[in-house]
Amino acid sequence: MNISSLQPSSVLKKLLTGITGLSLVLFLIAHLAGNLTMFAGPEVFNAYARFLHHFMHGMFIRFAEFGLLAFFIVHIWSGISVQLSKRKARPSRYAYAGNAGGPSKKSLHSLNMAISGGIILLFVVVHLINFKYADHDAIGTMTLQDGTVAVNVYKLVVQTFQGSFLLVLFYMAAMAVLCSHLMHGIWSAFQSLGATRPSTIPFLHATGIAIAIALAVGFFLLPLMVYLMRGTFDADALPAAHAEHARNLLESVIRG
Amino acid sequence: MKINLKIWRQSGPDAPGRLVDYSIDGIDQSQSFLEMLDTLNEKIIKDGGEPVAFESDCREGICGNCGLVINGVAHGEKGACTTCEVRMRSFQDGDTVTIEPFRAKAFPIIKDLVINRSAFDRIMAKGGYVAVNTGSAQDANLLPVHKDAAEAAMDSAACIGCGACVAACPNASASLFVGAKISQYTWLPQGQVERSTRALGMVKQMDAEGFGDCSNHAECEAACPKEISIANISRMRREYTKALFAEQGS
Ligand code: HEM
Ligand code: FES
Repeated sequence: MNISSLQPSSVLKKLLTGITGLSLVLFLIAHLAGNLTMFAGPEVFNAYARFLHHFMHGMFIRFAEFGLLAFFIVHIWSGISVQLSKRKARPSRYAYAGNAGGPSKKSLHSLNMAISGGIILLFVVVHLINFKYADHDAIGTMTLQDGTVAVNVYKLVVQTFQGSFLLVLFYMAAMAVLCSHLMHGIWSAFQSLGATRPSTIPFLHATGIAIAIALAVGFFLLPLMVYLMRGTFDADALPAAHAEHARNLLESVIRG
Repeated sequence: MKINLKIWRQSGPDAPGRLVDYSIDGIDQSQSFLEMLDTLNEKIIKDGGEPVAFESDCREGICGNCGLVINGVAHGEKGACTTCEVRMRSFQDGDTVTIEPFRAKAFPIIKDLVINRSAFDRIMAKGGYVAVNTGSAQDANLLPVHKDAAEAAMDSAACIGCGACVAACPNASASLFVGAKISQYTWLPQGQVERSTRALGMVKQMDAEGFGDCSNHAECEAACPKEISIANISRMRREYTKALFAEQGS
């Protein structure tokens, strides 16, 4: 391998943005799947959280957190440097900006990746303060059915969202912004990695948008439901009562 | 028909530029856009003014010389054509049309609407060729090329180097041009020998010229008069990545 060519060229920067971006998307899919266990009640959710923290003697979560942080930093650096290059490359701007239409995928989403990314960064900071750096000793524990003791993160989530509608709104707004970032980001990452062909570009573009919407709606639902369904999401609920409520809710939804 | 124009006037490379209003009557719908500008220039010259500098050569969409940003779109809104192929029938009587040069730091303005595109030549000089010995041509059938490969190579080679991709790109990136030029050789036996050095060299020169990075807006493909697909950019990235890991001389 030729070392001098390792200075990040424009192509290498795209590869980095794409790899880190797609990895973050994979993380989001896993994170969403985990979060949705909230709907199954405190037993399942707390057991899941406990599993994450104890898997491989806690090495897994530490490794994952370190990897996420590194990927985030590389992603932000490469993403921002693409944006900075653009200012330098066109010092005098067009008086009249048009769109060529046709196969163009230029949109408000693709043009504002740095802004949507910046808002996501802000959200991540708030989100970590809300949950990761919350006072875990204060919320107490819950004894799971198999007798192990888990931190009652379920209660933490319920109390956090039921405590502030403003926070719920902020979360929902942030998810809308994430949706915008990924509506361009997902297909774009495939293109950046050189993983597209003329025939697959329209498919990847459409699929990327669909995944972006699905992810955002999934994340969007949880804070909203927790806030609205106070009967179902009860911070002090016994596992059985939650299951009962969840079943009733599901049945009423099915019956329309 | 009557057309109102806002044209970028700039007397020299470092002079400040601005949009100047013109109005021109008696334009025929069958005239080409450049003929309309010719008519305007005759009028300006008659009035003792400085004619609008713009470039053209073949006026049939093959040389890539002409290139104007018409109402914010490189080569105009019609799509899949060069500026010289735009006809006045795509405008309405009384329309106001804004005409600007292709804007990019790597394409400095020489005068008015004329830009210097030699950055593209310098990129080509870093690998956009096949270094074969000249001499009498060998028998064509000695180098079999699959029909599909020949077609694909031709799709990329259709690029006329006009620079509309750079002009249309929100980042002023030259990725589509470089992607097409790298791609055309990947399909052909003659292109294999210098495959890695070509990908590395051309990308390096593209960056050195001060073009922006690509954000995959695909606006370039939409503006390209030859409808070159952004799949060529994807291929450039594959070629570049493979070249990074290739042994010297392969
Ligand atoms: C922390 C804040 C973030 C910032 C500042 C940021 C910034 C950016 C920017 C500026 C781009 C466009 C790069 C370009 O012009 O080509 C981009 C692309 C992308 N981002 Fe982000 N981003 C952030 C977070 C995220 C997150 C959390 C994800 C995933 C869930 C993500 C996924 C992507 C993807 C998939 C792309 C497309 C990659 C490519 O085109 O190669 N970003 N990001
Ligand atoms: S003048 Fe040759 S392509 Fe337009």
